[in-house]
This record gives sequence, structure tokens and C-alpha cells, in this order.
Amino acid sequence: MNSLIPLFVIVPLATSFLIMILGKFINGFQKTITPLVLLFLTVLSFYCLLNNHSNSYTYAIGGWEPIDNIPIAIYFVMDGFSLILLCIISLIGFLASVYSISYIAKFTSENNFYSLLCLMITGMSGVVLSGDLFNLFVFLEISVISSYALVAFGTEKEELEASFKYQVLGGIASFIILFAIGLIYWRTKTLNIADISALFHSHETSTFDLFIQILLISGFGLKAAMMPFHAWLPDAHSSAPSPISAMLSGVLIKAVGIYVIIRLFFTMFIVSEEISLLITTLGTISMVIGVLLAIGQWDIKRLLAYHSISQMGYVVLSIGIGLVLLARGVKPTVATLAIAGGLFHMVNHAVFKGLLFLNAGAIEHRINTRNLKEMGGLSKHMPVTSGTSFIASMAISGIPPFNGFFSKLIIIIAAVQAKFYLVAFLAVFVSVITLASFLKFQRYAFYNKSEHRSTSKIKEVPFPMLFSMIVMGILCLAFSLLAFPGIREQILGPAIDVLTNPNQYVQTIIGI
Amino acid sequence: MIVYILCFILFLVGLYGLITRRNLIKIVISLSIMEFSVFLFLVIIGYIDAGVAPIVELSNQNVIYVDPLPQAMVLTAIVIGLATTAMLLAIAIRLYRKYKTFDIREINNLRG
Repeated sequence: MNSLIPLFVIVPLATSFLIMILGKFINGFQKTITPLVLLFLTVLSFYCLLNNHSNSYTYAIGGWEPIDNIPIAIYFVMDGFSLILLCIISLIGFLASVYSISYIAKFTSENNFYSLLCLMITGMSGVVLSGDLFNLFVFLEISVISSYALVAFGTEKEELEASFKYQVLGGIASFIILFAIGLIYWRTKTLNIADISALFHSHETSTFDLFIQILLISGFGLKAAMMPFHAWLPDAHSSAPSPISAMLSGVLIKAVGIYVIIRLFFTMFIVSEEISLLITTLGTISMVIGVLLAIGQWDIKRLLAYHSISQMGYVVLSIGIGLVLLARGVKPTVATLAIAGGLFHMVNHAVFKGLLFLNAGAIEHRINTRNLKEMGGLSKHMPVTSGTSFIASMAISGIPPFNGFFSKLIIIIAAVQAKFYLVAFLAVFVSVITLASFLKFQRYAFYNKSEHRSTSKIKEVPFPMLFSMIVMGILCLAFSLLAFPGIREQILGPAIDVLTNPNQYVQTIIGI
Repeated sequence: MIVYILCFILFLVGLYGLITRRNLIKIVISLSIMEFSVFLFLVIIGYIDAGVAPIVELSNQNVIYVDPLPQAMVLTAIVIGLATTAMLLAIAIRLYRKYKTFDIREINNLRG
């Protein structure tokens, strides 16, 4: 399986350039090739996920072998954790690209859109596969620069303003990350994550390391829009075209933010209790404040964007609880449960938040507004949009039998067992407010009588958009299966093994 | 030590400009200043006293070379920085066409 790894980066990269070259000459080339390529990647990533037997697979670029156990090549590492991320990147990417076939037709320069979409997927796949810090930074920049361009794709006043804001804050985050990478290189004289991990584990932790950890939390926290650093997210995610909002909220903040934080803090550093408590606190704050800010929103996409901050808070706090317990060295089973809850919620959030943004796009496509007060009575005319958005709203608010219920349940159980009672209480409380907020969305968008317009002319959206929404709706139900024993061990088990047992990761790379 | 402090001062100059300036172009310039202070820092950590450029000569084994890896990193980072700056300036010009001003106090459609 080792030779399959570079395909995840090379195939979308090549597609991106092919679209720019051939798209001008062949009519409809971009619309056909992008979904096909992303479908291929989805099949490939699920094939790898199902055949993964709790191993790490490595690929050394250029084939350089380690000398005296010092790795020289740049490594791609594929293990259980990165495979989960790869699967959701290619799956959501595929569904968003199918959706775009109808949605993007109203914009000019479709070639640029599909090319940038492929480039963004290249960057994200590179980030989750990379085993080298600087290479990770380069892929991160590839994905965020293409997302800057995609946010500004409409080139109207709001889009441009949101993109500028996003770029300034994203730029600061990039410099902080680069500075931290420089400091790590200064201390360890290597950039390979496994090598750095081995060095950190053989030395005592100093305050210098603490400084690096704080810098990395701020840098990647900015990319992941954790609470004190969230200002850009509602603007950027609500201004982008809807399939891109689904990609940004569903995948990008996870792949370049949460994934890297988890990977570095579990695998690379020896984490002290203070830092892990800090991460838990940041997660809890973003969970609570995100949902409080979402209550007052009347623009559907802004409302969804604020809920993204809140739901990411669940993931971060759950991972943080796992880190605290691992740092204290007590209750390893509860730590495993907390990490499982966090990862599970991350996967679920990609599906239901992606679906909600696609629904918002479908509504916008038909009635040209994002204001909830101007909608109403859509359930009769757009039954599929209404039905799928009902499923997604129930999933995000944690109503059984949808996937959100199980992941939130696992997180809350883990928090109670770890004696974080306040956090558990807040998680339940936020879940209730989320439900209220989404009932408002359902009522104003689909069930109220519209006062502003005649609804008789509104039709259901075209087939490609329906296809993506229905598939995601089914996935919302299907991912509940991941909660059951047997399936959970197969999919989430390898990822948890990788995170709780960093030595294995180090051994695979250095010990070849 | 003094070079690191100067580097940090340069970073702070950029940050100060970013916070206080109201002109889009000046914000871009401030970001570039921050960016280059980080690049300078990366180059400095690779420097070894009395080291020479890392072009290996097999005839003379006693030469000390500076660390070439940060230099390679900075070259890559400069290219990335170029892309970011170009993107920022392109958006700034587009914003100017829409709003007829570079002042961020007048570009405030997005709130909340």
C-alpha cells in the first residue's frame, strides 16, 4: 500500500493543472474530470481505510534511505488517523464538486473554480500525509492560498472584504507557525516529526518547549478558528460559494487546524498537564461562545458558520480531556473514550455541516436571499432540501438516531468519567441551545408562511445538487453505525492506537 | 544575541503597523515586514560563526560550513510569501474598484 500514498497528492495536483490547460479547448472538461478524479480518490481512500490493519505506511520522497537512523528524505506517513481525514477530504470534496456542476454555472470562469478546488484538496491531503514539519507548512499554504481565492470568488463587496480579512489573519497565523517551526529546528536540528519526537522524549521539557507549544496553539488555533481567534471565520465561510463553504467548514478547518494540533501534541511533544488544560479550556470557551453568538443571526450561512466554531469546540475539548488524562497517566480507558468521541464528532461534523451548507446554497440558488426573515413555506416546493436539512439539523443538535447524538453522548460520558462535570454540563447545555437555534432555522425557512413573496414559482433544485444532498443525508444516518462495537474498532481503533501510542509512529519511520 | 533582538523588533514594527494603519496597502506592507522578520530569523539560526557558504570541497576537510537547510527553507518561504502578497494586493485593488477608497474604516459591510 506504500506506493499508493503519493497518489493522494499527485492526482488532484495534476488535475488542477490539466483543467487550466485543457479546459479552454474541450467543452465541459472541468465539470467531468473533477468529480471523476475525486470519486477515484474517495474509492482509493476508503479502500486503504478498510484494508488498514493498524499499521503506519510510509513513503520517502526521492527514495532516500535513513543513514544511522537519521531520516534524510521527506516522508509521507499514512496511518489510521490520517486515513480518516483523507476519507472525509475526498468524500466531501467529491460531493461538493458534483453539487458545483449546477451551482457554479451562474458564475463566469468555471475553469478557475474547479482548478482551485483541486488545488485546495491537494494541499489538505498533503497536510494530513506529511511527516515533515516544513513540508506540512508548504502544503498548508497551498490549501489556504487557494481558499483565499475561492472565498473571493464572487468578487462582490462582501466577498472581497471577507477574503481580505481572512488573508490578513491567515497570514499572521502562517508567520507564527513558521516562527515556531524555526524555533523547533533551532532546538532539534531536524524537521522530521518522528525524529523531533524521539529527541523531545529523550530530553527534559524546558520552558523553551512551552513557548513553542503556545506559539503552535495560537498559530493553528487561528487556522482552526478556536475562540479568541475566530473573527475571520463567520465572514469567510458565509461569503464563499456554498460548495466551498461546505469544504471550508466541513474539511479545511479540521485538516489544517485540528488535525495538526492533534498530531503535534499527541505524537511530537511530551504534553504537560497545564497545556492540555489550556486546550480543554479553549475548546470549552469556543463551544459556549460560538453557540451564543449564533443565536442572534438571521443570515443562514453566518448562523451555520458560528455553529462550526461551537462544534469544533466539542472536538477540541474532547481531545483536550484525552490529553489531560494521558498527561496525568490515569484512566487510560477514559482517555481512549474521549479521543474516540472527539474523532467521531470530527467525522460527523464534516458530514452534517457540509450538508447544511449545501442546503443553504440550494435555498440561495432558488430565492436569492440568505435572510431567514425573507424565507418561509419552502417545504412544499423543495421537499428534498427540506427533508435533508431536517436530518442535518437533528444530527447537529444531537437527536437520536442520527450520528451527532452518538458522538456527543460519547464526549459527555467521557467528560463525566474524567470528573470534568462542568464541561459535561456545558456540553449538554450547548446542545440544547443548538437544537433551539436549528428549530428556528427550520421554522423560518421551511414551515412559516412567507409574507414577502409568492412561493408558487419556486421549484426543487436540479439533479446534481439533489444527489449530493441525498447522499450526505444518508451518510448522516449511516455514520451512526460507527458508534457500535465491531465497526468502531475497525475504523476509529487504528487512529486511537496511533494517538495514544506515539512510539509506534516514531519506530515506523526511524526504525526502518 | 543582538541580531535576534533586532529581528524581534522588526517583527514588532510589522505588528504595530498592522494594528494602527488604516490603509489597505499599508496593511499589506506591514504584513510583508512581519514576514521578512521571520525569514531573517530563519536565516540567522542557520548561521555558524566563521562558517562559509555550504558548497562542499572535498580537497579541504577543515572548513566549517553554515547550515544549508534554513536557507532552502527560506527560499521556499519567500516564494510562498510572494504568492500571499500578490493575492492580497489583487484583492486590495479589487476592493478599491468597488469602494473607491483604501480606508478600512469605510469598508465595513460585514459586522457581527
